[in-house]
Amino acid sequence: MSRVHDVGGQTGFGPVSPDLDDNQPFHADWEARVFALNTALRRRGVFNLDEMRDAIERIPPEQYLAASYYERWLLAVEMLLREKGLLADG
Amino acid sequence: MSEDHASTAIAARVRRLEERLVDAGVVSDAELDTILNRFLAKASPLNGARIVARAWVDEGFRERLLDDANSAIKELGLSLGGDHAELRLRVVANTQTLHNVIVCTLCSCYPLQLLGPSPSWYKSLAYRSRVVRVPRDVLAEFGLHLPDDVEIAVWDSSAESRYMVLPMRPPGTEDKSEDELAGLVTREGLIGTAAV
Repeated sequence: MSRVHDVGGQTGFGPVSPDLDDNQPFHADWEARVFALNTALRRRGVFNLDEMRDAIERIPPEQYLAASYYERWLLAVEMLLREKGLLADG
Repeated sequence: MSEDHASTAIAARVRRLEERLVDAGVVSDAELDTILNRFLAKASPLNGARIVARAWVDEGFRERLLDDANSAIKELGLSLGGDHAELRLRVVANTQTLHNVIVCTLCSCYPLQLLGPSPSWYKSLAYRSRVVRVPRDVLAEFGLHLPDDVEIAVWDSSAESRYMVLPMRPPGTEDKSEDELAGLVTREGLIGTAAV
């Protein structure tokens, strides 16, 4: 079954905007922290890269499409931590 | 880094998450800082450019690179990294009749260690969806207009396999040193959205 992330060949997303890139790896400090958290949690073996990808792909489609790149990472990390009992709700 | 209102709310959420994980002893602030500093210091398109320049001046290296890139880049002290096993790298060479371009349609897989952090557009839904359907149009949007008789190969990266493009050596660069040649190579050239 194809999930929302499987966009290869889909139409309707408009042209690519190469000029929008400003060569900055992160556009806010929180993006850098999410990146580092993800790396640290993977190194600790809390989850692996495949689980992380799977979690991103399980984000509900409307949320996935509306979220920025690192928002998706954050949603996926939170999802995995909840599922593994490391992050109680609230 | 300016932050609008929505971004401020997310920043607070990330801080709370980080604090809870630190309190639980899962991660430490120092560890996160180290990860970021190492990443920003080491992952750079200069690495990919060094590989390309070496391949341009050393035919034997070029052959080894195209045959088994993971082994070849070790000669330059480089590695792709990975959780447990090293990620697989394949280098694809442009020719007069074939142009290569890389994408990750499913997410954003990319040889970070060799190309540095990926550009925003690489992660955009527009690039991921369209470059596999209308690559010639997408490359034209980057200002790269390929002749009709040049075939385009699009390489879709995965969690285990990463790609890098080996651009053609520009004409008129016979007298340049390896370092000077490396200086000609751009991140976009390594992705395939520019000629070099």
